[in-house]
Amino acid sequence: MRADRVKMPVQDPDVRNTNFCEVALGLDLEHAKMEASRCLDCKNPRCVAACPVTIDIPGFIQHIKEEQIEEAYHTIYQSNILPAICGRVCPQEKQCEGACILGIKSESVSIGALERFVGDYALEQKLQVKEEIEGQEERVAIIGSGPAGIACSASLRRLGYQVDVYEALHEFGGVLKYGIPDFRLPKDIVDKEIQNAKDLGVKFHKNVIVGKSITIEQLLQEMNYKSIFIGSGAGLPKSLGIPGENLTGIYFANEFLTRVNLMKANRFPEAPTPVRIGDNVAIVGGGNVAMDAARTAKRLGAKNVFVLYRRDMTALPARREEVEHAIEEHIDFRLLLNPVEFIGENYVLKQVRCEVMELGEPDESGRRSPVGTNTYKTFDIDSCVISIGQSPNPILKTATEGLETDKRGRIVVNNHQTSIPGVFAGGDVVSGAATVILAMGAGKEAAVEIDKYIRENRG
Amino acid sequence: MYEITYKEILNNDVELMVVNAPFVAKNAKPGNFLIVRVDEFGERIPLTIVKHDETSVTIIYQKLGYSTTLLSQKQAGDSLFDVVGPLGVPTHIRDVKSVLGIAGGVGSAPLYPQLEEYAKRGAAVDLVIGGRTKEHLLLVEDYKKFCRNIYFATDDGSFGHKGFVTQVAEELYQNKQYDLSIAIGPLIMMKNTVLLNKKYNVLTDVSLNPIMIDGTGMCGNCRVTVNGETRFACVDGPDFPAEGIDFDELMVRQNYYKSEEKHICRMKLEPKDES
Ligand SMILES: Cc1cc2nc3c(=O)[nH]c(=O)nc-3n(C[C@H](O)[C@H](O)[C@H](O)COP(=O)(O)OP(=O)(O)OC[C@H]3O[C@@H](n4cnc5c(N)ncnc54)[C@H](O)[C@@H]3O)c2cc1C
Ligand SMILES: Cc1cc2nc3c(=O)[nH]c(=O)nc-3n(C[C@H](O)[C@H](O)[C@H](O)COP(=O)(O)OP(=O)(O)OC[C@H]3O[C@@H](n4cnc5c(N)ncnc54)[C@H](O)[C@@H]3O)c2cc1C
Ligand code: SF4
Ligand code: SF4
Ligand code: FES
Repeated sequence: MRADRVKMPVQDPDVRNTNFCEVALGLDLEHAKMEASRCLDCKNPRCVAACPVTIDIPGFIQHIKEEQIEEAYHTIYQSNILPAICGRVCPQEKQCEGACILGIKSESVSIGALERFVGDYALEQKLQVKEEIEGQEERVAIIGSGPAGIACSASLRRLGYQVDVYEALHEFGGVLKYGIPDFRLPKDIVDKEIQNAKDLGVKFHKNVIVGKSITIEQLLQEMNYKSIFIGSGAGLPKSLGIPGENLTGIYFANEFLTRVNLMKANRFPEAPTPVRIGDNVAIVGGGNVAMDAARTAKRLGAKNVFVLYRRDMTALPARREEVEHAIEEHIDFRLLLNPVEFIGENYVLKQVRCEVMELGEPDESGRRSPVGTNTYKTFDIDSCVISIGQSPNPILKTATEGLETDKRGRIVVNNHQTSIPGVFAGGDVVSGAATVILAMGAGKEAAVEIDKYIRENRG
Repeated sequence: MYEITYKEILNNDVELMVVNAPFVAKNAKPGNFLIVRVDEFGERIPLTIVKHDETSVTIIYQKLGYSTTLLSQKQAGDSLFDVVGPLGVPTHIRDVKSVLGIAGGVGSAPLYPQLEEYAKRGAAVDLVIGGRTKEHLLLVEDYKKFCRNIYFATDDGSFGHKGFVTQVAEELYQNKQYDLSIAIGPLIMMKNTVLLNKKYNVLTDVSLNPIMIDGTGMCGNCRVTVNGETRFACVDGPDFPAEGIDFDELMVRQNYYKSEEKHICRMKLEPKDES
C-alpha cells in the first residue's frame, strides 16, 4: 500500500489565477482505484462517525476499488444526494479525513476526492437511483433552496410528500450559487445536482420571498401546507462597525461575490452587471468567504490582493486546501492586523488603518485571542471586501408572529421544530454560518421529524 | 415568466407597464417596490409598485441606461424573466393633517401610492410636480383625483414655473402651513428639499434609490448613512425621514459604476456603424 495519498491534478497557479475555471481537476478511474486501495476497510470506521451524514465511507470506497462506480454512487446516495458538491467543499480535514485512522501515522485517505469522483461519474453518466415513491396527499413547503432546503425537500419527497421549494433569488442553490465561486464549485454541477431533486418530483419556485411575497401564516392557512421547513440560511453580512465603512469602494463579501457568481460580473459587458475593484484590494477576514473573495479579486485582475487577519496563520478558519491554493496564487497574507478605520477622499476609499495585534490567552474557541498593541499601520487601497461573517436574515422573523429567535437572530428549535407547531428549521438559520454538509444533515433530520409530525396530526 | 398585459408610452423617456405577478401583487402595500430582470442574463433593477390589484402590478420606469432601455423594448404580450417582491417596508403613514408632495421627474411614480394613501386617510394633500418639459409631468390626471392643489415646474418653462420644484415650494411656504412634505426625485432634488424644509420647519420624508442587487438585506450594496448609522435601503426603507440622511455620500455611491454603465450603453444600444 502507498503511504502517501494520490494527489489530485490542479491547474497551474499562474494560469488559474487569471481564469474562473475549476482549480482542482478531479481524479481519473485509475488514480481513484489507486487511492481507494489505501483504505483499510476498518471494522469500526472512525471516518464514518466523523461525517455529519454518516456516509458508509469504506463501503463506497470498496466499490471503487472493484470498479463498481454505480454501486459506489448508490451507497453514497443513501446518505447524501449531493456528492459532487460535498466532495468539493466539505472541510474534510476537520471531518471524515481528520478522523481516518491512516492519518495518525501517515496521510488519511482522500475521501473527499473519491466522493467527488463518484459524484462526477454519476452526473456524467446521468445515473439515477430508481425509487418507488409512494404518493401521499399532504403538502410541505420549504423556504430556501440552499443545501438545507434541498436535502429536506428530497428526503420528504422520498417519503412521498408533495414538496414545494420557495426561493427568494432568481436561481436555486443558496450560497452554492451566489457565494462559492466557479473555480471551486462550477455552477453547472450545482444545477445538475438540483435536477436530481427535481427528477424526484420536488417543485422549485423562484422569486418568492416568504415573509414578503407570502407569509408563513398564509402558507399554512390559505395554501394548505401541513408543515413548513425553514432553510433560509445566514445571509445578513456582519459589519466591522468602524468609521468609514460606507465609503465607495468598500464591499461586503456577499455583494462582491454575488455580483461575480450570480450576476456574472466577471463577464461584463456580456453580462450587464459590473464589478470594480482596482489594483490594490484588501480582504478582511480569514474564513472560506475571505479566501473566495481574495481569489476572486485576483482573477478579476487586481495586482495586489492582501488578506488582513487579526490572528496568525494557524488560526485561519478556512478549509486548508483553500488557504494552500490562495498562497500559490500569490494572495498576500498580512497577519495580526485589525482594521480600525477606513480613510477616504470625497467619499471614495483611499486607505485602511489597522492596529497591530499580538496573541494573548486562549478564548472560548480554544485559539489564542488577538490583543491590540496600540501601534498602527496604514495601507493604500482601491477597494476592500469585508468578509467577517454572516447572521440570519431578519425578514422571516419580523413577518412571523411567535417565531422565536436567540439574540444573534438564529431560530430556536427543539428537535428541529420551531416555536410554531408544524414549522421546522435547520441549516445556517439555526446554527449560524456553518457548512454545507451540516446544513444538509439538519435538513435530512428535520424531514424525519416533519414526517412524524404529519403522521401524528392525521385526522 | 411574468406576462406584460398592458403597456403605455407616457413620454419620450417614460413608460408604464402592467405585469402579471401574483406573488408580488398579493401582499403589496404603498411604498413597496419590486425587482425585475428583463431577460435571462439581465441585471436586477428595482422599481416602485405604483398600483396593483390581486394578481398584477403597475410599474412606471424612465429609460435611463441599459437595463431600463432593454425593458422598454418589451411589448404587451411579451414576458419578463423575473419579477420579485413586494420589497421594502410599506410607507409609514404619519398622523398628519396636511401634506405637500414634491415630485421630480419619474419620482412622481413612487410618490403616487403614498400621497393617495394620505388622501384616503383624510389628509389635505397638495402637490408640486416638476419635470424637464411639459411631457415629463407624470400622472397628473391621476393626481387630480385626490389632490387639492397641483403646482407645476418645468426646466424649460413649457408649463408652470420655469425652474425647480423647490422654488415653487418655497413660495407656497410663504403663506401656507404643511405638517409634512414627501419629496421623491433625483438625490440632489431631495437633498435641496430637505434644506429648504428645515428652514421652514416642515418635516420631510423621502424615498431613496441606491443601487441594489438582491433587495432582501443580503448584499449591503444599498446601504446609506442615516443619523450616523448604517441602514439598508431595501429592508429598512426605501422611505426614510430625510433630516439625518447623508445625501452626499449616497450620491457618490450611486455614481460608482457610471463609467461602466455608459460603456455598456455604447456597446450594446447605440446603432452599429455598418460600413
Ligand atoms: C463564500 C462562502 C464560501 C463557503 N465555503 C464553504 C465551503 O467551502 N465548505 C462548506 O462546507 N461551507 C462553505 N460555506 C458555508 C455554506 O455555504 C453554508 O453553511 C450553507 O450553504 C448553508 O446552507 P443553508 O441551506 O442553511 O443556507 P443557504 O445556502 O444560505 O441557503 C438559503 C437560501 O434561502 C433563501 N432565502 C432566504 N430567506 C428567504 C425567504 N424569506 N424566502 C425564500 N427564500 C429565502 C436564500 O436566498 C438562499 O438561497 C461557505 C459560505 C460562503 C458564503
Ligand atoms: C427602491 C427603488 C425604487 C425605484 N423606483 C423607480 C421607479 O418607480 N421608476 C424608475 O424609473 N426608476 C426607479 N428606480 C430607479 C431604477 O432602479 C434605476 O433607474 C434603474 O436601475 C437604472 O437602470 P439602467 O440600467 O437603465 O441604468 P444605469 O445604466 O444602471 O444607470 C443610469 C444612471 O442612473 C443611475 N442609477 C443607477 N442605478 C440607479 C438606481 N438604483 N436608482 C437611481 N439611479 C440609478 C446611474 O448612476 C446612472 O447615472 C428605483 C430605485 C430604487 C432603489
Ligand atoms: S459528506 Fe463531507 S464529511 Fe461526509 S464523507 Fe463526504 S466529504 Fe467527508
Ligand atoms: S478510517 Fe480511513 S482507512 Fe478506515 S475505513 Fe475510514 S477511510 Fe478507510
Ligand atoms: S439590495 Fe442587497 S442588501 Fe439591499
